[in-house]
Amino acid sequence: MKRLLFHDRSSRARLSLPVRIFNVLVVLLLITAIFYFSFSQLDTSWNWGAVYKYRHRFIAGWWATLWISLASLGLSTLIGLAAAFGQRSSFLFWRYLSKLYVELIRGTPLLVQILIFWYVIGNAIHLGNRYLAGILALAVFSGAYISEIIRAGIESIGKSQLESAKAIGLTGVQTYRYVVLPQALRQSLPPLAGQFVSLIKDSSLLSVIAISEFTLAAQETASVTYSNFECYIPLAVGYLLLTLPISIATRWLETRTTYET
Amino acid sequence: MKLKLDQICKKFDEASVLDAVSLDMESVHALVLIGPSGSGKSTLLRIIAGLEIPDSGGVEINGDRLQYQEASLLAHRRGIGTVFQAYNLFPHLTALKNITLPLEKVHGQSAAAARETAMQILKRLRLESHAHKRPAELSGGQRQRIAIARAIAIKPRLLLFDEPTSSLDPEMTAEVLDLIRELGEEGRDFILVTHEMGFARRIADHVALLADGRIVEAGSVAEVFDRPQAARSKEFLARVLKY
Repeated sequence: MKRLLFHDRSSRARLSLPVRIFNVLVVLLLITAIFYFSFSQLDTSWNWGAVYKYRHRFIAGWWATLWISLASLGLSTLIGLAAAFGQRSSFLFWRYLSKLYVELIRGTPLLVQILIFWYVIGNAIHLGNRYLAGILALAVFSGAYISEIIRAGIESIGKSQLESAKAIGLTGVQTYRYVVLPQALRQSLPPLAGQFVSLIKDSSLLSVIAISEFTLAAQETASVTYSNFECYIPLAVGYLLLTLPISIATRWLETRTTYET
Repeated sequence: MKLKLDQICKKFDEASVLDAVSLDMESVHALVLIGPSGSGKSTLLRIIAGLEIPDSGGVEINGDRLQYQEASLLAHRRGIGTVFQAYNLFPHLTALKNITLPLEKVHGQSAAAARETAMQILKRLRLESHAHKRPAELSGGQRQRIAIARAIAIKPRLLLFDEPTSSLDPEMTAEVLDLIRELGEEGRDFILVTHEMGFARRIADHVALLADGRIVEAGSVAEVFDRPQAARSKEFLARVLKY
């Protein structure tokens, strides 16, 4: 019985498959029970048929969210790296620009940033494409957090490592490339994964500048069919389909790059 | 090797660590720096390594005076193999990759050539079975020997050891000292900072004794250990050689 319910983390014994399946089932059963009970108390008639007719909107929205997220994810990583290096740079303009950027972005709501990005900056520079504006706004927002994550990773690298790199004759750039970043990124993987998941969910706010992504598709469908839960439950599942692979991929990367220091 | 240290001064936050250190040795192969903790031995070694810049004074090796510009410092470091007290190796790389990294990225060897060089050295040190292990999977002695392998792989003109055994237990210490002695017997020039007096005496051809940021005694092993002149060195040697 004890072996079925408990597992000592320090023991090297691997969990057997039946034990794992049993415990996962118990958890799933409990969650299902809670939801089943809650929804059964609801005085609502389900109308999945009406929503199903709009499925192409959901699918198109899901794809839009996917590529908007991917684009801003890549861009925000670049911005984050630049700002992380910037905060450590000896070039003062870059250093203070990076610091101001991080504080300004982290201290203000994303909603306001998106609106300003599209209606003010976008207007001033004649940025015609609202998708581009959305991707940029999201990347700038997420980049500030990524920069802090990477900076913390870089600062966790011991002085002795920098000294060794210097002693074997690596240049400053090579030291970052071959010694600091590989270790810093490994340290940063778990918080980075969390940030990427946030970014995907934050993309839902782009609906305020009428970008037809996943959340807007659900909102619009809900307003024409008057079926709220039939729209929002698929929405939640759709986001999970985007975020779970990130969690799984980082777990895998973590075990693959694991080493003790 | 001809080694000349010329009036080297170094301060850290107003505290003088090295105070006009001078040394002139015509032909030295194995120089050991000894002295009490805080005497400035490690700082002096780091200045010779080109890792630290003195406030004034200079280093001359075989008549070449080290220039304090980034480019010449980099070139200087690339010709020297340095081994520190601990934490030399990069924890994210295997033993083999630790050795090939400088060969490939600093000395322009192809990946295959670097691997070949590294494996040869690992075999010589009987460490080839550990080639694909990361530092955390190796003992302290093995780690230090890999660090030494990395330092000699680049065929340095000079090896520098900064207390390479001070974080090791006696058995591992012996394993690392054996290797350093072998390297000395092969005719490699090196400078070693150590607290292992017995070892210093056996392998050194020259000794410099530092105390309070100055060289108080320098010369051949016999001169320094058996006939010390300065009161400070007599006192230090009497204390460390007592047991």
